Amino acid sequence: MEAVSVITGVAAPLKRSNVDTDQIIPAVFLKRVTKTGFEDALFHGWRQDPEFVLNQPAFAGAKVLVAGPDFGTGSSREHAVWALRDFGFAAVLSSRFGDIFRGNSGKQGLLAAQLAESDIEKIWAAVDEQPGREITVDLLSKTVSVGSLTVPFSIDDYTRWRLLEGLDDIGLTLRSEAEITDFESRRQGWRPKTLPVK
Amino acid sequence: MTESRGLTLAEKVWNDHLVVKGEDGAPDLLYIDLHLVHEVTSPQAFDGLRLAGRPVRRPDLTIATEDHNTPTLAINRPIADLTSRTQIDTLRNNAREFGVRLHSLGDVEQGIVHVVGPQLGLTMPGITVVCGDSHTSTHGAFGAMAFGIGTSEVEHVLATQTLPLKPFKTMAITVEGTLRPGVTAKDIILAVIAKIGTGGGQGYVLEYRGSAIRNLSMEGRMTICNMSIEAGARAGMVAPDQTTFDYLKGRPHAPAGEDWVEAVEYWKTLQTDETAVFDAEVFLDADTLEPFVTWGTNPGQGVSLSENVPDPSTIIDPNERSNAERALEYMALTANTPMKQIAVDAVFMGSCTNSRIEDLRAFASVIKGQKKADNVRVMVVPGSARVRIEAEAEGIDKIVEDFGAEWRFAGCSMCLGMNPDQLAPGERCASTSNRNFEGRQGKGGRTHLVSPLVAAATAIRGTLSSPWDLEQSPELVTSAAKAV
Ligand code: SF4
Repeated sequence: MEAVSVITGVAAPLKRSNVDTDQIIPAVFLKRVTKTGFEDALFHGWRQDPEFVLNQPAFAGAKVLVAGPDFGTGSSREHAVWALRDFGFAAVLSSRFGDIFRGNSGKQGLLAAQLAESDIEKIWAAVDEQPGREITVDLLSKTVSVGSLTVPFSIDDYTRWRLLEGLDDIGLTLRSEAEITDFESRRQGWRPKTLPVK
Repeated sequence: MTESRGLTLAEKVWNDHLVVKGEDGAPDLLYIDLHLVHEVTSPQAFDGLRLAGRPVRRPDLTIATEDHNTPTLAINRPIADLTSRTQIDTLRNNAREFGVRLHSLGDVEQGIVHVVGPQLGLTMPGITVVCGDSHTSTHGAFGAMAFGIGTSEVEHVLATQTLPLKPFKTMAITVEGTLRPGVTAKDIILAVIAKIGTGGGQGYVLEYRGSAIRNLSMEGRMTICNMSIEAGARAGMVAPDQTTFDYLKGRPHAPAGEDWVEAVEYWKTLQTDETAVFDAEVFLDADTLEPFVTWGTNPGQGVSLSENVPDPSTIIDPNERSNAERALEYMALTANTPMKQIAVDAVFMGSCTNSRIEDLRAFASVIKGQKKADNVRVMVVPGSARVRIEAEAEGIDKIVEDFGAEWRFAGCSMCLGMNPDQLAPGERCASTSNRNFEGRQGKGGRTHLVSPLVAAATAIRGTLSSPWDLEQSPELVTSAAKAV
């Protein structure tokens, strides 16, 4: 997983609340066998509408999604994070996130930054003024800046640390590589082995 | 004071697998002895490894089999359903690329993942077993700590052979007494779940104890541990004993020579200490237990077969009452109908709960020389290719076919209807599987969970029946009951 510190890119405003994971990625896409390539699945229903924000040329290549409250509620599917990530988003801003979605984001290197609802509205206003403008999400200072506006966001210390270090769950465990190897060296001979085939 | 407090079986196995003890509320890092893999929950785990450029750390502790999607007829033809075929092909490619042992359709060791592990002697006491499948709890029958995991955890185990885990609470389920002939392990576990509810085991590892458990075969213990998850538990365990050792000895991957001696010595220590304290305890009387059956749409909605469909209006808890009402509507049942008056359209004998050789023997012992009821479709699906071969060597296939039932190839089959083996909408089935959820066996299908003996009696009479309802020599039923 790549380390995250300062993200700068086009901000796409998603002016909807209660965006659940079924809307982020509909269930039909869960049959796939890969962990990437979900960019076409993201907001699949809404993207049929040419007016949808992500279909507007001004927001092409957007990196930061600025969403309404209660983003990522509903089913626990990790695919929701994969789809956002595959589409090109590095951060999602909202005043409230679904718990599981927020947890999954931290594990997959997607920054879920929580802002005051009034600050989200200020960012929306700034983007409306100049659609396609860039925004900076700074994980070091925990701030979001657009033009002359700078507002704070919150994220728990543990997730922030993991993102800054670029540690997914596996990366975190592999910090105990020495202990694992040591445990393996003590493993008794009677314990099961699938190879060689008998 | 906890100074003199002993340890439960679960705690002993846990402690013996601690790689790193978690501090300040952090999870413990546990070593995983055996990782079972199948085609449904593994594709993205392998893809994740590929993306991160990570290898499988211990291919020699990993084994894969094809089961959920595989057809049970014409197994040499390409799989028709595209999603199913893609999942199977993906597993084959991943196994090749990452060097993982795979038993494919047509292979003698292919079968339901929870049948294959024990059959090969890979499942043994005192080990940790995981699989991207909730019924991994099956393997706890050997005194192993075995639980289901999600796809990202599958990737984690493939990459590190460990899992970060928070300790579980422990619950003792003590079943004392002697089962009457015709009453089996399946009836015990259905009764346990009816008693504690589908959420009753949440957060717990269950340990099944008591004379009735000790007297069960390994197959019976597997049936019980298999369904621990249906009580909401993370895992179920039975302490190993001579029955366990006898079952394991001589299996392909069981320890041999010096290793066997060392292993048995250690395994004998895997008993809950007398001074250990469980976080919760439940008791069940085996003497009075009758054949059990579910009437609703979760495994906790069950009654003795001699009882009636419950009347929701007598249920006090409003949540449970409306659940029961909804279940009866889905199941198209009327309150107070005797369970034994319910006619079925199908009987499914199979699944990781009841598809081992002893299950098939029990089923066959009841149907031998009989004819199935006219309007009932009966399907018998062995748990693995090896079980199928063993059964055929004993003539069980013949008995099944003479009875008028279908003898199929191994796999999950109608347990979840991911392959073409499904119920039609509205069809009612007596099934030896583990889940009676709405649509589980096919959209609109209605499932009654039962033991192999009840499945057999039902197939003969066409209505939900216990072996006690058959005019048949009691010895037959007795020996069948002993078998499971
Ligand atoms: S038989 Fe049923 S419960 Fe068992 S592994 Fe297969 S699908 Fe799951």
